[in-house]
Amino acid sequence: MAMPRLPEKQPEMSVTPENTLPFAGNLATAGKDPLGLELDWLQDIRQSGVVRYRDLGLPAINLEDWKYTNLLALGDMDYLTATPDHGDVPVDVVPSIFPTGNNDLPSGARLVFVNGMARADLSTMKDLPAGVTLEPLAQVIDQNPGLLKVHLGQLAIDTDRAMLALNNAAMNSGYVLHVAKGVVMENPIEIIHIGGIAQQPLACFPRNLVIMEENSQADMIVHHVGVGGASYFVNTVNEISLGQAARLRVYNVQDESHQAINITANWANVTRDASYSSFNLSLGARLSRFETYVALNGTGAMCKLDGAYLMRGQGHCDNTLRIDHLKPDTTSSVMFKGVLDDRSRAVFQGKIVVHRDAQRSDGQMHNKTMLLSDKAEIDTKPELEIYADDVKCAHGAASGHVDETALFYMRSRGIPDDLARNLLIQSFLAEVLERVNVDTIGAAMNDKVTHWLPVARGQI
Amino acid sequence: MKVSADTFGQDNDLGDDAYKYGFVSDVESELAPKGLSEDTVRFISAKKNEPAWMLDWRLTAYDHWLTMDEPDWQKPKFPPIDYQDAHYYSAPKSMKDGPKSLDEVDPELLAVYEKLGIPLKEQEMLAGVAVDAVFDSVSVATTFRAKLMEAGVIFCPISEAIQDYPDLVRKYLGTVVPYTDNRHATLNSAVFTDGSFVYIPKGVRCPMELSTYFRINEANTGQFERTLIIADDDSYVSYLEGCTAPQRDENQLHAAVVELVLHDNAEIKYSTVQNWYPGDKNGVGGIYNFVTKRAVCRGKNSKVSWTQVETGSAITWKYPSCVLLGEGSVGEFYSIAITNNMQMADTGTKMIHIGKNTTSKIISKGIAAGRSDQTYRGLVRMSPKATGARNYTQCDSLLIGDICGAHTIPYIECKNKSAVVEHEATTSKISEEQLFYLRQRGIPEETAVALIVNGFCRDVLQQLPMEFAVEAQKLVGISLEGSVG
Amino acid sequence: MLEIKGLHVSVDGKEILKGLDLKLGTGEVHAIMGPNGSGKSTLSYVIAGRDGYKVTAGDILFKGNSILDLLPEERAAEGIFLAFQYPVEIPGVANTTFLRESVNAVRRYRGEDELDAMQFIRVLRKKVAELGVSDDLLKRAVNVGFSGGEKKRNEILQMSVLEPALAVLDETDSGLDIDALKIVSDGVNRLRDPQRTTLVITHYQRLLDYIVPDYVHVLANGRIQRTGGKELALELEKNGYAAFTGEAA
Repeated sequence: MAMPRLPEKQPEMSVTPENTLPFAGNLATAGKDPLGLELDWLQDIRQSGVVRYRDLGLPAINLEDWKYTNLLALGDMDYLTATPDHGDVPVDVVPSIFPTGNNDLPSGARLVFVNGMARADLSTMKDLPAGVTLEPLAQVIDQNPGLLKVHLGQLAIDTDRAMLALNNAAMNSGYVLHVAKGVVMENPIEIIHIGGIAQQPLACFPRNLVIMEENSQADMIVHHVGVGGASYFVNTVNEISLGQAARLRVYNVQDESHQAINITANWANVTRDASYSSFNLSLGARLSRFETYVALNGTGAMCKLDGAYLMRGQGHCDNTLRIDHLKPDTTSSVMFKGVLDDRSRAVFQGKIVVHRDAQRSDGQMHNKTMLLSDKAEIDTKPELEIYADDVKCAHGAASGHVDETALFYMRSRGIPDDLARNLLIQSFLAEVLERVNVDTIGAAMNDKVTHWLPVARGQI
Repeated sequence: MKVSADTFGQDNDLGDDAYKYGFVSDVESELAPKGLSEDTVRFISAKKNEPAWMLDWRLTAYDHWLTMDEPDWQKPKFPPIDYQDAHYYSAPKSMKDGPKSLDEVDPELLAVYEKLGIPLKEQEMLAGVAVDAVFDSVSVATTFRAKLMEAGVIFCPISEAIQDYPDLVRKYLGTVVPYTDNRHATLNSAVFTDGSFVYIPKGVRCPMELSTYFRINEANTGQFERTLIIADDDSYVSYLEGCTAPQRDENQLHAAVVELVLHDNAEIKYSTVQNWYPGDKNGVGGIYNFVTKRAVCRGKNSKVSWTQVETGSAITWKYPSCVLLGEGSVGEFYSIAITNNMQMADTGTKMIHIGKNTTSKIISKGIAAGRSDQTYRGLVRMSPKATGARNYTQCDSLLIGDICGAHTIPYIECKNKSAVVEHEATTSKISEEQLFYLRQRGIPEETAVALIVNGFCRDVLQQLPMEFAVEAQKLVGISLEGSVG
Repeated sequence: MLEIKGLHVSVDGKEILKGLDLKLGTGEVHAIMGPNGSGKSTLSYVIAGRDGYKVTAGDILFKGNSILDLLPEERAAEGIFLAFQYPVEIPGVANTTFLRESVNAVRRYRGEDELDAMQFIRVLRKKVAELGVSDDLLKRAVNVGFSGGEKKRNEILQMSVLEPALAVLDETDSGLDIDALKIVSDGVNRLRDPQRTTLVITHYQRLLDYIVPDYVHVLANGRIQRTGGKELALELEKNGYAAFTGEAA
């Protein structure tokens, strides 16, 4: 009767001895010069994070939520927590998802981080409209700690999550985006994280806040890119708060180096008539985990979470999400599609929870994966947890391979095998890429996908 | 009228009265002393006059059980089971001398089965159905044995099989569900009392439906039956089990193990109509139905099909599963789970694809009403060698009223690029429009609900053997009585 | 047969019918015409007793007795039939099973013996032949995958099997092409009978070319604004409803 690999023990049981706990050493020294030392409330968050992380340790696969992603198997995770000095390295060209180069930005503003540290010299804020502020966390701590106190640690509050505890304990960078009431931004904001330019393995713990006031609208591009050869570890926590009828669309491109580990958690609170959408394109990293927790917390609230994952080599990509329909007439729509080659592995865990009062909720979730290699693996778990009767919920999951009949058909019309395969992969992904609803960004994502294709890159 | 919690409350009594098998029969029983220990295991083994190998196996299982923790990952939560507060053996006294034929069976017992609608006198039975009747810890009668024997089919209580066919039992027992499998199965391995044994020899198509009817009668007992079915090359059998128990305020544990072994081209159709006492409307009493059922398709092109109609029990917790080893083997799982009042269910299946070109199909229909809560949990695993394997899963849930819960937790693991997995799930309610339409045509609300639910379940009901499909259809209606006003 | 007196009906707290009076004699065919949103469908639902349609004042008498306290199935058994504008799909339930449940439920209510499977099939076959409905329709699940025309024909088949005293046809013409409209109208006309009253609810005059009414009523703003003979329908076709809604043409 037992389901395989389900947790036999509760998380509390898995206390790891401190000397084998990754980052334990850093945590002990982290108190020397952390951000916001002067803010008592922030130090309290840090302290409880340290205690909690020591109790929980890195999540092990006996936790249901981490069943398919094994951090412990990564072995030695000996990283040095990055300090502002580590950000101060030369960068020749700032990579962007847009091909147009630095001078002609389709983006409204750009904030660049190197090894986790904000770089004013590479960033540009000149196009930010009135009512919008985008500032590094350190700056907000100095200049506007009141705003921080209202929002930081308000949405990401689950004390059973080790990676959140670790970020609480060690947060050493980040930014705050604040969009005032009624402000509608025309151009997207670009956040660029450049990693890997270092002499030793670095760890970075960004804490980002996005605060959208009533009726405001913004688009963001969050681009993680690995440049140097060093391995690095990123553990990000984003807290995203949407006021009434606000709209936020976030386009994530994860193009980390193959030595990188990126664990990102998004905690979004979506209030009445507000809408939150995100698209997550995962291309790189040795291991990435992208968690999204959305609370649909007001009548008419909606979210749309989409993504594509393209993995090869030994890449491991985990998309884990949970949507809580807490109020009536809320809507969620999820689509993730992926292509896996070589020994790569992807995990999709999606859960829609419709709470007792959330009548007339509509939740749709779809996950499809194409395997190109016999060594690739997909593990998917689309869950529904429903406590209200007047709902429309559905999920679907599928995995398969390149359609041999279609392949043959195309070849019989003279299209070479490799080109035909690429076309089939592209048409498989088209359904989800079409859900990117900003043309310039959609085109950039398509370019990324085309570039990834197994053969004849860039020729289609 | 809206189907809602308010209307649900109006017909309180129906929930209890609807269980028509709730009577207790006054049958004098011989009981093992209360409690679980090595002595209990020895007591049962001695009662059954078992050979040493059997006792050794039981004791090994018991020792292992002591080292295991109770599983706690299931959705339905319940207070810890006090394993010392139950009898592990209960047999009607009249069975002491082991009646050799139906004529020798205690008329009292025959009357019990008569009352349950299972006449054991062969001339009165459903034509073409052989029955093994298990009463508490023993099999009291098995019909049509001689006729089956003519075809070479062995159908007997497993306690007799241990005596009469020790080689077959030793060869297969515990090979599908090892005694280490999970805590309830391990307990069963230590203390199982009876159950059915079936062997279909090569090339034989079993001439009639086989059926086991399980009845718990005695208070403070658990029932631990063990069923083993072996289908040799090119054979076929259709097997059905039914279960009922008296209405009691205590929870009784039913921890069964069913093992199916299929050789080349063999086919087993295994159907369950589970109607254990579900407890009353406040969740007092009812059976804990914790069962491990698994089939191994060892042979190529073998096929196993599980069909279950789960309407009873306070808690149902089971995953009839298929291990598809043989090339081209097929696993199917058709399930209807209905929970009402305070019932809970966590059920589904596992399809483990190992062989090439193996296929599986899962059709699950869950209906939650009252304050009940149910979960479909399923695993589809495509192993690296399962080239060309396919799975199709459809899970639909229906909620009746807004204070119940229905959940779907599928695990899909694919490690072969040529394997194709498709999973679809929906959750919805009976629409007010459908109800009004039927009522406008003069059909009363409860009939209308039963009609809609039966329509919802149709794909699964069709899988049941004809003789039982009608019964199951009625049961669907009865189980939901009182769920609408 | 049916008498509606000063009927006020609210849906979700909004008043839709505001003092509607209507009297249908036995054997008569009445048509109710009105613009969208005038309360036509509300009237049909409130006669059939759908939940959520709250009668705040007035009464509906059927054969002289108030039916406001009766459940939908009781009204059906009393002889009220509503042909739905959008017939509902019921997956998995065979049309035959549904019809038999319906007929026998009504018979039980009336204290008549239920029909066994054979008797029922005989009755059904006869009706099916009369209406020219294909056998295939009977085996399929109720309205599932039916075309618009098939759904409406299925409504008429149910009506002919149940033989109601009052048939209310709610926008039966919507979504039908001319051929389907003729078939459906033929079915309705075949059931015309001195003992049976028919209420046809429609937006357009064209249905009334096929089902010729004895009386035509104009429903607007929740009340009957005018009553006349069949020529009233032609007038409406020509001049529209503006005169009744208080809006300029």
